[in-house]
Amino acid sequence: MLNYIIKRLAIAVPTILVLIVFSFLLMHAAPGGPFTAERAVPPEILANLEAKYGLDQPLYMQIWTYIKNVVFHFDFGPSFTYKDRTVNEIIAQGFPITLTYGSVAFVFAVIVGVSLGVTAAIFHNSWLDYLAVGISIGAQVLPNFVMAPILVLIFTLWLGWLPGGGWENGEVKFLIMPVIALSTSFMASIARIMRSSMLEVMNANHIRTARAKGLPTRQIIFRHALKPAMLPVVSYLGPAFVSMITGSVVIDMFFSTGGIGLFFVNAALNRDYSVMMGITILIGVLTILFNLVVDIIYAWIDPKIRY
Amino acid sequence: MLIEQDKMENLADAMVAAEVKGRSPWVDARKRFFNNKAAVAGLIVLICVGLFAFLGGYFAKFSNDEIDFMVIGQVAQLGGPSISSGHYFGTDDLGRDMFARVVQGTQISLMVGVVGAAIAVIAGTLYGATAGYVGGRIDNIMMRIVDILMAIPYMFVLILLLVIFGRSISMLFIGIGLLSWLEMSRIVRGQTLTLKNKEFIEAAQATGVSSFKIITRHIVPNLLGVVAVYATLLVPLMILTESFISFLGLGVQEPLTSWGALISEGAGTMQYGTLWQLVFPLFFFVITLFGFYFVGDGLRDALDPKDR
Repeated sequence: MLNYIIKRLAIAVPTILVLIVFSFLLMHAAPGGPFTAERAVPPEILANLEAKYGLDQPLYMQIWTYIKNVVFHFDFGPSFTYKDRTVNEIIAQGFPITLTYGSVAFVFAVIVGVSLGVTAAIFHNSWLDYLAVGISIGAQVLPNFVMAPILVLIFTLWLGWLPGGGWENGEVKFLIMPVIALSTSFMASIARIMRSSMLEVMNANHIRTARAKGLPTRQIIFRHALKPAMLPVVSYLGPAFVSMITGSVVIDMFFSTGGIGLFFVNAALNRDYSVMMGITILIGVLTILFNLVVDIIYAWIDPKIRY
Repeated sequence: MLIEQDKMENLADAMVAAEVKGRSPWVDARKRFFNNKAAVAGLIVLICVGLFAFLGGYFAKFSNDEIDFMVIGQVAQLGGPSISSGHYFGTDDLGRDMFARVVQGTQISLMVGVVGAAIAVIAGTLYGATAGYVGGRIDNIMMRIVDILMAIPYMFVLILLLVIFGRSISMLFIGIGLLSWLEMSRIVRGQTLTLKNKEFIEAAQATGVSSFKIITRHIVPNLLGVVAVYATLLVPLMILTESFISFLGLGVQEPLTSWGALISEGAGTMQYGTLWQLVFPLFFFVITLFGFYFVGDGLRDALDPKDR
């Protein structure tokens, strides 16, 4: 097991480096520097500015300095748009918010999705099954940027039950709509995957044996069927996590929750490259680590995997 | 009696003919596909949406960038959908005809979906087939590269690309296509690995056909089934990606528009009571995605007789 983790880490480290170098080169290839503004700066001042930000050095030195700062000091450098803020400060402000509603949405999607899928599989071909399948097919075409306006339309404009945006330190009523909008399509996918794998497992030999032994249905489901049926869901969690982080950009834009996504889009509109890179790298690292955790969980659940 | 015998002979002839003709897997697949009600419904919806995109422009009474000064400022009262004013889908908050804009958005979204999927399919197929056919260390390196690229949060990189190289529609095509061939290449590689040990490949090698020609002439055509199914499922994903980026205002720029941009606009103005701005693009977006999912599922079931 330890070997397996080390091997996976050995792949993760170069991946992170590739990500850093790739986004750095992209940023460097961009036409126009961060100081090309509407008002032209005299060349001497431009040189001073570039010296201050280290832009006058050769490319490989810049990359090396950047990697060194990111890896050893966890420092993504200053923002190119806000003179008084560093990328670290921006991340520190936005990231906890994203993390809060993101993890609530993630847990919500997994729990509801799994229970919906299991219910549908157990009551196969009953109205409950059709309802669950209907919900999961419908939710597939309702991504976060479609769910968000629909939810606001219903719960804010028509019913007036929930505030249409804001954060207020994560008070529950500000949390409900972002969580639902973010989790719906993933919940649907998880439910679909869970249903088909549960159906397969319920026809497996060991479940037939358990039934023949006369075990109560509840015990068969929870002790014998659930664990093997969870495997496809576990392997879906990695991609789901990535898409959820991506989706949080829409949530931040639409509900003004003040998470990291808002800063990313603003940075994209203002060509604030260092903020964009910082956030991209942070999310890339999180993705890689999360995939690592998922792989380890998978290996731990599935006895067939040898490492 | 003679006539009876004649009939019997005809029947026997017909049966022999039928047996000789046989049933190709494609005919079989087509039959299975058209027996699948959801898939046929999806196909019909897609054809309708396609016709709307191509022919809708001829029915519009206004062009997509023409401002109707009669309704401007009072869009909520006067700009609603009506046959008599010629704005079948109403107008947006600038007085532009929603029908013309939805037609244009549909064209662009479908185009992004199809072109993006095509780029992804071509790149992924060639890459995967090469890796699988060549094998060995090159295969290992090529697939390791795919592993590494897969771990990169591609939406963020795509936005980075769009910001750096300008938010043009061709950049959007290329970016979306180039960043989504990874999964395709994996599937194709797996298929190629099983194909390359078949006798006809061996025969081609024995007669001295070059590797490149074996890949393009003998391996790729045999992958078409998988590729077709995957491409159909890829189109809605591309549409989703494009809409996502346009919703954020980073994709298609005015005066061009797409479903994502229209939904974003509609969502921004719905509190003023101009609900039609949200409803019409949303409707086309949702039914098209449904259509592609059902057709893709139907194709997969039709081409894979084992999996039923």
